[in-house]
Amino acid sequence: MSQHFPALLVTVPLLSALLISIVGWLYKRLCFPIAVAALSVTAYSSVGLLLSVMHEKEILYRLGGWEPPWGIAYRVDHLSALVLVVVSVVGLLNLIATQKSIQEEFPEKTGAFYTLYVLLITGLLGIVVTGDVFNLYVLLEITALTGYGLIAMGEEHAPLASLNYVYMGTIGACFYLLGIGYLYISTGSLNMADIASILPGLYDSRVVLAAFIICMVGVCLKMAFFPLHTWLPNAYTYAPSAVSSLVAPLMTKVMIYVMLRLMLTVFTPVFTFSRVGLSDSMVWLAVIAIAMGAVLALAARDMKRMLTYVIVAEVGYMVGGAWLGNRAGMTGAILHIANDALMTLCVFLAVGNIVYKVKGYAFKDLQGMFRKMPYTMSGLVAGALSMVGVPPTCGFFSKWYLISGGVQAGQYGFVAALIFSSLINVILFFRIIEIGYYEPFGADHGQGSSRVRTAEAPLTMVIPLLIVAGGLVMMGVYTGDIVAHVIAPVVPPALGN
Amino acid sequence: MDTIVSIRPLVAVLVSICAVPLLILSKRSNIRETWTFAAAVAKFLIVLSMLPAILNGSQIVYTLAEVVPGAAIKFRVDPLGMLFALVASSLWIITSAYSIGYMRGLQEHSQTRYFCFFALALSATIGVAFSANLLTLYLFYEMLSLATYPLVTHHQDEEARASGRKYLTYILGTSIGLLLPAMLISYNLAGTLEFARQGFLAGTCSKGLVAMLLVFFIFGFAKAAVMPFHGWLPAAMVAPTPVSALLHAVAVVKVGVFSIVRVLTGVLGTDLLSSLDLGLVICIAASFTIIVASLIALSQDNLKRLLAFSTIGQLSYIVLGVGLLSPKGMTGGILHMAMHAFGKITLFFCAGAIFVATGKRNISEMVGIGKRMPLTMAAFFIASLSIIGLPPTGGFLSKWYLVLGSLEAHQTVILVVLLTSSLLNAAYFMPIVYRAFFNPPDGNAQDTGIQEAPLFCVVPLTVTALISILLFFYPQPFFRLAQMTVRAITGG
Repeated sequence: MSQHFPALLVTVPLLSALLISIVGWLYKRLCFPIAVAALSVTAYSSVGLLLSVMHEKEILYRLGGWEPPWGIAYRVDHLSALVLVVVSVVGLLNLIATQKSIQEEFPEKTGAFYTLYVLLITGLLGIVVTGDVFNLYVLLEITALTGYGLIAMGEEHAPLASLNYVYMGTIGACFYLLGIGYLYISTGSLNMADIASILPGLYDSRVVLAAFIICMVGVCLKMAFFPLHTWLPNAYTYAPSAVSSLVAPLMTKVMIYVMLRLMLTVFTPVFTFSRVGLSDSMVWLAVIAIAMGAVLALAARDMKRMLTYVIVAEVGYMVGGAWLGNRAGMTGAILHIANDALMTLCVFLAVGNIVYKVKGYAFKDLQGMFRKMPYTMSGLVAGALSMVGVPPTCGFFSKWYLISGGVQAGQYGFVAALIFSSLINVILFFRIIEIGYYEPFGADHGQGSSRVRTAEAPLTMVIPLLIVAGGLVMMGVYTGDIVAHVIAPVVPPALGN
Repeated sequence: MDTIVSIRPLVAVLVSICAVPLLILSKRSNIRETWTFAAAVAKFLIVLSMLPAILNGSQIVYTLAEVVPGAAIKFRVDPLGMLFALVASSLWIITSAYSIGYMRGLQEHSQTRYFCFFALALSATIGVAFSANLLTLYLFYEMLSLATYPLVTHHQDEEARASGRKYLTYILGTSIGLLLPAMLISYNLAGTLEFARQGFLAGTCSKGLVAMLLVFFIFGFAKAAVMPFHGWLPAAMVAPTPVSALLHAVAVVKVGVFSIVRVLTGVLGTDLLSSLDLGLVICIAASFTIIVASLIALSQDNLKRLLAFSTIGQLSYIVLGVGLLSPKGMTGGILHMAMHAFGKITLFFCAGAIFVATGKRNISEMVGIGKRMPLTMAAFFIASLSIIGLPPTGGFLSKWYLVLGSLEAHQTVILVVLLTSSLLNAAYFMPIVYRAFFNPPDGNAQDTGIQEAPLFCVVPLTVTALISILLFFYPQPFFRLAQMTVRAITGG
């Protein structure tokens, strides 16, 4: 059983998506349980994979028994196992947490919604698990297309935002496809490991360099790396809250994974860091991304838009960390994939709860919220602290590694950007917290908010949120183990100790 | 030196966090207050139970988790931490009693929230005291900043919001902007963050970098309110008075100076500082703060603001004492943490008691109040003696050692600073006491006879005033702990 986990990860949700779309016609109520079952299987298999990867080195799975490089190979190492766990756990928790809001928002379209939802997860898991660059492209498109559909289900402006995303996403995917085309021309292979073994002879080839750069541009577009982020804020803001809290934690993070996979496995670290010669530029672009993300977030006037710009800044964290070219930076970047996914989920779930109760996510809708929804706000505060980087939440520790990497590499601009962004996050989140805590002001001190009655979101929404909030602290406390057993084996020896 | 591995430091930290759910679930306020007391007493007893081992020269350590290589979440109880933990945990008990009197006396809202965050703040304080490395210290330092935010802004009005903003800006701004980079740079230089007898940075970096780290650390711990990062402290006086008393005279600000002392001794190392002549930088920053804060205090009419500025000045005594880098100066500075705590908390209790009983906040309205509240004002008098540094109060001892330390270090200027500051302290405290007792009340006020604040307010302030006197006669164990700390550092 356990040797088939890589295949189960993709086939189970894929078939379930089909099943859901059929069942959705006949009996809508079954859609949700099927989705939960499918994602539970994926969560179980990805945790199983992580555990077995930690014992053995890596797992190679040949689809249909075809030998690579001819057949498609699924390949799971520590990095992919970690991201698999993140994707499947976040997908499952979000699915459960948003059940009520989906029921309320799309009573007629639950079948379609869950089909797309599960397909999106399938695509994401496939991207992570595949060992074939072209297969990755196909799954990228599956993810993107379902994403467009899900986002377009949102409020008034959503279809337009989604259309914008379609354009930009398609351009990104085309770049990626073009890049691997070049790569295929020069190496004659599409299998990642195979390419990596052929490349050392071709390090000086301009075609390979072009392939690398074109792939990177595509990936940067897809992961909303500033200044290629323009599609993201509108798309994630206008999407239904259940979709925002799914795509916001996962899409950009999985694209970061793709970037790391290209940097570390396909093009090999030696090529990436010593032949391409883009490291410094990428770090400085990351600095700009972080700074601009922070500043644009300050200008936002509602929570979702603000958080989308925070994501833009966080993408800068990971890109910068990865390109620092040392162990601490890479560790920080990988750790931050997991941590950022979790804390983004946390804040978006909290916002989702608020939207569910007050039907709005503007700052002014938050008045008296600490009294109205104490648990939701506690979750929001936990997420906020992690975003700011307060120990023992996990956000602190990834920032720790990222800053350490910056110090070691002598990239003080990156260090300054990280600290600047932490300080801006204090302002961003305490601005929200202030509104929830003080307003509306009463005549006498502190009496204003006591007129507000408690009206917490349903338990199915609150409990997953609190689990995620607790997870932030647990991830923080166990950082040492995660780094030692999961991340350390991924960081190539070329990056030093 | 023995090292005992025991979970007790962790328990001491966690006991008040564990009380939080109980506080929330309590249906009636009396039950809730019982839990507060139980937690406070338990905390104090656990701290106390570790005292004999510490006095015998042992250390108690406990490692919770190795989060980053070379920097675990780890506790270590040593004499310095013990001294601070003793002060903080004993005063929590007294403050809890006072809080009950004050909060009920004024019928404040959201009392459960108040007591919960109070408990959290105490956990963080003890956590700082028992931290074995800079990472753990930072963790609890930040926890304290955040746990005290709802306390400072308890009133939830516009004034509270403005002050809360100022509080967070200063405290989080410096801890993220200065402390975090300084910590990470130190970590990357030395590969560890564990406090060592003579620091761990010696020989790892240039003088310029040490100086930069020193500045980052001193100002990064903005809770110590070394100027120019003192602005949050007067602003934070919007908090209910028990919060000001415990947190802003004892826990928060002392965590700031405690952290500075820890970093100066355990991270940078006094030998390194004196070999690079960097003690002077500390002394200048601290002396400036002492004099300027005292001068500003002279012009204050709001009693709590006056106390805030007095605190800013007194905190820098501690920084100054350690900055002198002489054994006696360090002893004085460390001792002052305890002595000042008991004196200043009494003063705050008095300010709060006056407010509860009469609704008055300004000194100009307190003329003749000694007739109405003789006990409160007597305590006020004793406590101000301690702050000025006159016998028979504990404050005299610490100031005495500071003066000796300045002589030992041949810093006559510092001696002048200390004596000037004492005069200034007398100049702002004594008129209050004089006018309270010897001037008649305003013409239109009726002579109401003795009318003290509720018993829950008066008893705590009497107790702390008496302790201030007792500490003059029996400065043990604080004196012993301070001496042990210094001896461990200097190796003498």
